[in-house]
Amino acid sequence: MKKFLITLIIILIPVKSFSLIEVDITRGNLNPLPIAVSPLSIDEESRKNFENILKKKNIGSEISSIIENNLKVSGLFNPLNKDAFLQEPDIANLKPRFEDWNLIKAQALITGKVSYMEEKLRVEFRLWDVLAGKEMMALAFTTVPNNWRRVGHIITDKVYERLTGEKGYFDTRIIYVAEEGPKTQRVKKLAIMDQDGANNKFLTLGNELVLTPRFNPTSQMVTYLSYFRNLPRVYLLDIETGTQEVVGDFPGMTFAPRFSPDGKKIIMSFAKDGNSEIYTMDLENRIVEKITNHPSIDTSPSYSPDGKFISFNSDRSGYQQIYVMKSDGSNVKRISFGKGIYGTPVWSPRGDLIAFTKLHKGKFYIGVMRTDGSGERLLTENFYQEAPSWSPNGRVLIFYRETKTDSKGKGFSAKLWSIDLTGYNERQVPTPTDGSDPSWSSLLSN
Amino acid sequence: MKLSKILKNGFLIVVACLALSACATSKKSTGQMQGDVYTGTDTVEYLASGVPDRVFFATNESVLTTASRETLRKQAAWLRKNSKITIVLEGHADERGTREYNLALGERRANAAKDYLMTYGISSDRISVLSYGKERPVDSGSNPLAWSKNRRSVTVKAN
Repeated sequence: MKKFLITLIIILIPVKSFSLIEVDITRGNLNPLPIAVSPLSIDEESRKNFENILKKKNIGSEISSIIENNLKVSGLFNPLNKDAFLQEPDIANLKPRFEDWNLIKAQALITGKVSYMEEKLRVEFRLWDVLAGKEMMALAFTTVPNNWRRVGHIITDKVYERLTGEKGYFDTRIIYVAEEGPKTQRVKKLAIMDQDGANNKFLTLGNELVLTPRFNPTSQMVTYLSYFRNLPRVYLLDIETGTQEVVGDFPGMTFAPRFSPDGKKIIMSFAKDGNSEIYTMDLENRIVEKITNHPSIDTSPSYSPDGKFISFNSDRSGYQQIYVMKSDGSNVKRISFGKGIYGTPVWSPRGDLIAFTKLHKGKFYIGVMRTDGSGERLLTENFYQEAPSWSPNGRVLIFYRETKTDSKGKGFSAKLWSIDLTGYNERQVPTPTDGSDPSWSSLLSN
Repeated sequence: MKLSKILKNGFLIVVACLALSACATSKKSTGQMQGDVYTGTDTVEYLASGVPDRVFFATNESVLTTASRETLRKQAAWLRKNSKITIVLEGHADERGTREYNLALGERRANAAKDYLMTYGISSDRISVLSYGKERPVDSGSNPLAWSKNRRSVTVKAN
């Protein structure tokens, strides 16, 4: 995490005023809030310095495009076309002429300034309520120039939080499986990227099959399944140092790993003699505990955010269904009773919902239900899709979708998609190659 | 009246027969499935002459069919004759299931084959099991026939 350190200095406390503009994120938002993102202004000397270091002609506009793109993709905001802006960025940052911004129907305005200070990047920004003619927030950051994209994400998080009342999810990363090659011989690599698809990096070379990477919610560790030496086992990877290790010493396949909410345990399945059971391993003292005990397939475990419960899927009723139990394995209760097969339960970071994959009449759905199984809501239907993972604020799900091949078996692809909990704002998440098994990190700066 | 009823029923029966036979022939022509278990030989390779390398499963099932047991008995006979050979049983699932469940299902299918080989005298020391879930289909199609070929346990020589 050291690498990502950002010094955050608050230069102005938000003006004492009750929340003026409000964005409702609990319902599908069909009228996104019109917002003007004025390009961050920059003096000529700073511009030249950053052009030398970062090879970007105008880092101010680059940062505002990141903010603009984040706001647009969230589906809650409608960033207005810059061509219509009347006021110069540097002057707007001092004092907006609200009537000008009102004229182009902006309800909120972001202004700011970038400067070069002792080899550092200093960014200040302000959020304005155009209708009320008031400043809502003003912050400044100082960081190493290479962190410029993150500055854009952090600003978006601050704006999102101020306007919706909930934490953002923009300063985050996605770990996923990058895929290439024919369907019968896919080459798969671990890959990591920023939430908006930038800074994609491959973490393995593709020599062995890798599946289902998941972030530790508290650190830069990842757990995943690797077929290294044709022995499918759960591994632990430190993405800062690149060190890897096998988790536990099991005489057979371990799979479906996830971290406990405190990051201290890994929960996973171990398959032996045709029976898969759920186990945990404590990463400090290496103590292994068997959690389920049933001659059916028990897999895809996921902890509740308070660590007290585990959801998983099991075919003990004959078909794959979702169950919830206490974290010691007691009190197993089936919670999915709708028509079809249910799998991959994942507990929301807010604790109130479980996201899942459902197969019914040849279609795959991503849906959510309450933790007692009530209130099932299907968000999206497709030929094949699975494996939802929550944004850290519990408002967006990322998952992957595969296409149906034609009669000659051609046309296969796998892509990452996201959708809001409301069922609106479904979008493909850009990746340089095909992708699957996405996992969303926690907020990097907190 | 009675006669007409009988005739009518008879007619219905004839129609039903026609429909059934049409069904049966169309099934045969699209190929090689019984229920949804693959019975063809397109993808099958041979460990030795007359010893097929793989068995097929119904959707979500790991139960061995009569044909699968016959194949495994042939494999067991071949393994008894070649006592130095060790094998890996590779279990697979089709693409119509979640990834993690399919890993478990592949493992269960390969173990069904392993258990059967053991009942015909093959020591568990000579058998290892490896599940690929849905990661290594033989047929890249997205149709019931392709899926039936992909639900399989394949016996592979390990040495």
